[in-house]
Amino acid sequence: MLIKNTQNLTRRLIRNLNRYRRLYCGNSGDFVPHVAVIGSGPAGFYTTQQLLKAHPKLKVDIYEKLPIPFGLVRYGVAPDHPEVKNVINTFTQTAQNERCNFIGNVSIGTDITIKHLQKAYNAIVLSYGADADRKLDIPGENLPNVISARALVGWYNGLPQDRNLEVDLSCDTAVVLGHGNVALDVARILLTPTSTLSKTDISNHALEALSKSNIKKVYVVGRRGPLQVSFTIKELREMINLEDCRTIIEKEDVSFIGSLTEELPRPRKRLTDLLYKTGCNPTDNNLIHWSKAIREWQLKFLLSPTKIVSNNDNRIDSVECVKNRLEGDDILNQKAVSTDETVQIKCGLVLRSIGYKSIPIDDAIPFDQKRGVIPNENGRVTGVTGMYCSGWVGSGPVGVILSTMSDGFNTGKLIVSDMNSGLIPNIQKSGKDGILPILREKGVNVVDFKSWEKINKVEVGKGEEMGKPREKLTDIQQMLDATQEKS
Amino acid sequence: MAFLNRVVSKVSIGSVCKLVFPSSSAALTSGLCKINQLKDNERLRFSSTAAKHKTERVKVHFIDRDGNKLTANAKIGDNLLDVIIENDIDIDGFGACEGTLACSTCHLIFKQADYDKLPDTPTDEELDMLDLAYGLEDTSRLGCQVIVTKDMKDLEVSVPAAVADARGPV
Repeated sequence: MLIKNTQNLTRRLIRNLNRYRRLYCGNSGDFVPHVAVIGSGPAGFYTTQQLLKAHPKLKVDIYEKLPIPFGLVRYGVAPDHPEVKNVINTFTQTAQNERCNFIGNVSIGTDITIKHLQKAYNAIVLSYGADADRKLDIPGENLPNVISARALVGWYNGLPQDRNLEVDLSCDTAVVLGHGNVALDVARILLTPTSTLSKTDISNHALEALSKSNIKKVYVVGRRGPLQVSFTIKELREMINLEDCRTIIEKEDVSFIGSLTEELPRPRKRLTDLLYKTGCNPTDNNLIHWSKAIREWQLKFLLSPTKIVSNNDNRIDSVECVKNRLEGDDILNQKAVSTDETVQIKCGLVLRSIGYKSIPIDDAIPFDQKRGVIPNENGRVTGVTGMYCSGWVGSGPVGVILSTMSDGFNTGKLIVSDMNSGLIPNIQKSGKDGILPILREKGVNVVDFKSWEKINKVEVGKGEEMGKPREKLTDIQQMLDATQEKS
Repeated sequence: MAFLNRVVSKVSIGSVCKLVFPSSSAALTSGLCKINQLKDNERLRFSSTAAKHKTERVKVHFIDRDGNKLTANAKIGDNLLDVIIENDIDIDGFGACEGTLACSTCHLIFKQADYDKLPDTPTDEELDMLDLAYGLEDTSRLGCQVIVTKDMKDLEVSVPAAVADARGPV
């Protein structure tokens, strides 16, 4: 009996000793690298996924400004594209990995600095995206109802900073400036029947405003021609098939591209073909569909806005544009050059959708003001060892989620390979244990992934009551209150 | 109900999409998501009762991005994305939108002869997504849209390499 007890005791002692050795006597075999990821959108999560996969011990802490994760998947993807949001399931799996921590409601640069993070982490990944939008820099841009498409997207997706956006939809015509997917997204949301939108996770304040909207026509205006559009074919096809809505593409705008398409790479060829056919040779189905339409949208090419004209009571009257011609030998990359001719497009709402840019968040991060990106070589931030970037903050705001995914995977692999090669020194760091006390002292209310799951539950519950998949909380305090609910 | 689930999951996502996408209404797409949920349940249910059902299977091979040949036991009637998930074949980022025709991450390249034998030609909606894929070939398909048939015994398809610098609009 006594011998058995002693054996047990010895076994327990050895086990505990081993545990203490693992915890406190870090030798190289026990080295646990810590990586901080800044931003919890697709770039952050795909980088994290790869980091956890490529190194068996490495730990990742994902910092996020908002109390909730998923970035543009939640706040950028249109509410009528729920399929794209399926990526959240994979992100959730990543976040639930025991070597991953979500640290929400923390602003890097203000709540905690990059210097703090550099002390606590072996590597830092900047994946905070492109928050700011590019401006037109033309007279009238500051009139009421000249709105950035980014803000409108934030508004209908329930982004806290945009939920109180003032959008006047009492006019009958809107102009969207830009030929990218965001331009088509906002045009589509303005033209989709609210009976359809009401079944999506569109925010209720936006749905209410849209249900009273008088908008019957949306112009989507670009400075170049049909061969240079940036939107993708899926989004164009969706517009052409949009319920109760007619597509107008002027024949003379696209007739010349019919003979050019054979030479083009397949994706551009199919997109160009669809533009050509829709303008010059619509199918019977198209014609029947359009004949019943009560709203319409029109693609306009070769126009650059020069002024937003107001009438006497400071309301938008029209957008004044100069006509462009194209110059250059490479037909897909021709440049727009303005002519003397101008046109006016009457409208009451102007949405600017000419691109996003990133913003600098901390002095310790180099930043290219002109391009609005963090300068980097394949993901390694120029001149700073142990600092990386991933996604739009380094590449500029282009490409679908696939490009961000592959960028994230590459950055993740690169970091682990830099650790293995010794480019990042193998010094044992503290990770979040060195950061959370500072945040606590500052009174920052940190939200972890379990707390997000409580917010998620509240949102889904609210959605259920309204017959939709989710009604997002749009107020930070509401989100924090929801984390206090008993699960 | 279980039988109904089975019927729903047997209507391949591809054929559902053919119906859904031309009208492009969110009501229908949310319906599509429900079908997908059913599909997930189905997947779970079947893994536990597979022995009883004795479903016919064929071997198919995936050549991954590093050139490794990964062999799967594919259930006839499943799509190739299902096969990869069911067989735990590890390909980074594969099937991000979970078979709803909203991404191109389940892109596979077929040999010409195999491609020609596929019973369906890709829909416009599938081609629209393929147009965003890296390494697009004339014999590219989305795995989620290709249904396994008896004839696919020892089929070999390649997972194209992801190329980061090819990003940007087409």
